[in-house]
Amino acid sequence: MKKIEAIIRKSKFDEVKEALHEIEVNFFSYWDVTGVGNEKQGHVYRGVSYSTSDIQRRYLSIVVSEPFLERTVNVLLETAQTGDVGDGKIFVSNIEEAYRIRTKESGFDSLK
Amino acid sequence: MENLLTVNNVWMMICTALVFLMHLGFSLLEIGFTRQKNTINILFKNVFIITAGLILYTLVGFNLMYPGSFIYGVLPDYFIDLFGLSLPENGLTAEYADGGYTYWTDFLFQGMFAATAATIVSGAVAERIKLGAFMIFTIVYVGIIYPIAGSWKWGAGWLDELGFYDFAGSTLVHSVGGWAALVAVYLLGARIGKFKKDGSIGAIPGHNIPLATAGVFLLWLGWFGFNGGSVLSADPGLTSLVLVTTCIAAASGGLSAFMISLFKYKQFDLSMFLNGILGGLVGITAGADVMSVTDSVVIGFIAGALIVLGVNFIDRIKLDDPVGAIAVHLICGIWGTLAVGIFGDLAGWEQFGNQVIGIVSIGAFCVISAFIIIYTLKKTIGIRVSKEEEQEGLDRHEHGMDAYPDFRLNQH
Repeated sequence: MKKIEAIIRKSKFDEVKEALHEIEVNFFSYWDVTGVGNEKQGHVYRGVSYSTSDIQRRYLSIVVSEPFLERTVNVLLETAQTGDVGDGKIFVSNIEEAYRIRTKESGFDSLK
Repeated sequence: MENLLTVNNVWMMICTALVFLMHLGFSLLEIGFTRQKNTINILFKNVFIITAGLILYTLVGFNLMYPGSFIYGVLPDYFIDLFGLSLPENGLTAEYADGGYTYWTDFLFQGMFAATAATIVSGAVAERIKLGAFMIFTIVYVGIIYPIAGSWKWGAGWLDELGFYDFAGSTLVHSVGGWAALVAVYLLGARIGKFKKDGSIGAIPGHNIPLATAGVFLLWLGWFGFNGGSVLSADPGLTSLVLVTTCIAAASGGLSAFMISLFKYKQFDLSMFLNGILGGLVGITAGADVMSVTDSVVIGFIAGALIVLGVNFIDRIKLDDPVGAIAVHLICGIWGTLAVGIFGDLAGWEQFGNQVIGIVSIGAFCVISAFIIIYTLKKTIGIRVSKEEEQEGLDRHEHGMDAYPDFRLNQH
């Protein structure tokens, strides 16, 4: 099993979520984060313009079984992309074990 | 005589301040029922409405609304003294308004009303309107359309001669705003995510219900001045009656909306409760001085019911109204105006007929003018922000500011 962590633009989230549902990836968690990177954002406050590289992003954590890995990453790359600086990143890591709390299933069954 | 002028004028000035406070109420209500990412934008619109509205009223609005004479009975005779304010000779004496108030109080009190018409629209178009387009719309609508509509009744125009009755503006203020809101919402389209592709209605929860509640309480407080001041003097009998009918209708409207939405949706819905209070207030506004306590309870109760049914109806015909402005101000504004022909001292078939004439004529005038203004804007500079701007939030793109830069609320 693999964990896919994707940091994406908030404006892309709805599209990404729908695309994930379409490939039968229905379970993931997400939260809002502030990120630092190459994109800069301009602000104005009481006549002072300042730019910051502290930008709002959305962090998705998706755990999938091996067969789903490639298509999930591809979908993310497709739908979260805009072509502008600041589209985000995807990280893939290994997961040792997974359980469904309600039924105590583990492994592949818990992710079905 | 002089003593009475002072007392009357003091009351009118207090009412002016109370109506002014309603702009704070509207601001809080609107931001409470919408998302955090658009808060600065909504506040900007509301601050613009009161500031620009007052200046416009100084420049042309007041004179357009009280022209003294009409062309063809319908158009204010604007060839006489259109621009600016000029104190008439008796403007500071008891002669000016039967000892009710001075010229300056008259101007400022009415000026506060004018801006509330635009703020009704601001709630309905929230979260997707282009700021520039909205400001242009406000200038034309508050500057010209509102005063002309108001002149037909309050400015001693043809509706006044006919016998149409609108004590404090269910039609002249609330439905004038409501019709424009309806046209704007129709031309603007729904927010992304409000109506799903399969036809179901989505909910876009507001980000700060406490502020929305504070807004409604402030609006109720403002109505003490809105209706209390429309007596146009400090007449103890009338003003005290009006405050009672106003508050009773508010309470009744709220309770009605809460009970009916409980029955219909099996939920104790605070947002319906709050909107019901406003519906009751709008409903009593046309006849607060001619209704009995019982009349007020009934009028408020029906207004509350209209809120629950109206909000649902507007959703089902695929119009997206984030704060329920159309249900509160248009539907209950029409109801309040009709109620003058059904309940209270003026009830009767003839009065009812006059009310209908007023509603229809003002409605036609407002719909047509709002449509012309907004459609022109739509075809020239565009009235809606881009998809990315709408999703990321108008604060970010139109203002470069966060409303709450220090802490991150969960945005959606």
